[in-house]
Amino acid sequence: MIRRTLFVGLLGLLLACAAQAKVEVLEFESPEHEERYNNLIAELRCLVCQNQNLADSNAELAVDLRRKTYEMVSKDKSEKEIAAFMVDRYGDFVLYRPPLNSSTLLLWIGPFIILLIGVSLLIRTIRRRRAEQGVNVDDASLKAAASLLDSDKRDA
Amino acid sequence: MNRAMVPLVGFLALAGLFWFVLGKMNEGEYNPRDVPTQFIGRAAPEFALPDLLDPSQTVSPSNMAGKVWLLNVWGTWCPECWKEHEYLIHLAKRKKVPIVGINWRDDADEAKAMLARMGNPFLKIAFDPNSNAVIDWGVYGAPETFLIDAEGIVRVKHTGAMNSRVWDEKFKSYFVIDGSAS
Repeated sequence: MIRRTLFVGLLGLLLACAAQAKVEVLEFESPEHEERYNNLIAELRCLVCQNQNLADSNAELAVDLRRKTYEMVSKDKSEKEIAAFMVDRYGDFVLYRPPLNSSTLLLWIGPFIILLIGVSLLIRTIRRRRAEQGVNVDDASLKAAASLLDSDKRDA
Repeated sequence: MNRAMVPLVGFLALAGLFWFVLGKMNEGEYNPRDVPTQFIGRAAPEFALPDLLDPSQTVSPSNMAGKVWLLNVWGTWCPECWKEHEYLIHLAKRKKVPIVGINWRDDADEAKAMLARMGNPFLKIAFDPNSNAVIDWGVYGAPETFLIDAEGIVRVKHTGAMNSRVWDEKFKSYFVIDGSAS
């Protein structure tokens, strides 16, 4: 009996905790709208805690921007239109995937440049090592080797 | 060049680069939290919000046409706003700078209480509890201060508390010498 009471008590506590966790319940006209909303809040950056997207952030600005996004999705604005609305106000920084333009060119091609430098350095080093190994035999040891080979021939 | 020097030169080059970038960050130029604003040189975004002190009145940027003025975003929940409040009062009272406030995501009674306690530097205060105007102005934190010129173009934006150093550096040159607004 005591165990049962304890169990019910614990269950109640658990449910209370679950009820505490804040979940935004949103209703969408169609699954397509819901997907659009979820894509957008995953792709847009929260300007307050800059390494989180709108979906993850609990900052009040993120809540406001999620609401704005929801309103625009409900008005059947496209993903592009909503992203443009945000960029218009907060700049390219609001996008987690920055667009390719003159100021972000280095960001996009930088890794490939570094890869190219690394590979060319690697090839150069390998070539140099090989060349060094080739020259390392001096004349004296060449002669010694030749005479050894010759002596082998004579014995045969 | 001596081969042994190569790592040393590399180290010095990197140390120099880090020194340079850190210095820039301290000056605020490379501050990663400072999101460059999109609004410099653009027309001030319009809004029409009720006045905090008299909700029957509407506050709009177009009401200020022909003047050089400041738009200051603040809230009672923002400690930096308390810090700059005294300086804003100084600007409004001594230098006669017209300042319009946007009271952001706030409780109207608490906001009025703060103004009663610390003084009111604002000509008008737009009450924006739902971040409508604030999002249109690309604001992401408080306080933020914008300067709008007589043609209604945004010229300056400052993120963080206003003080005499910031005023001298960024804002002063838009007003005539004696300190009053042109």
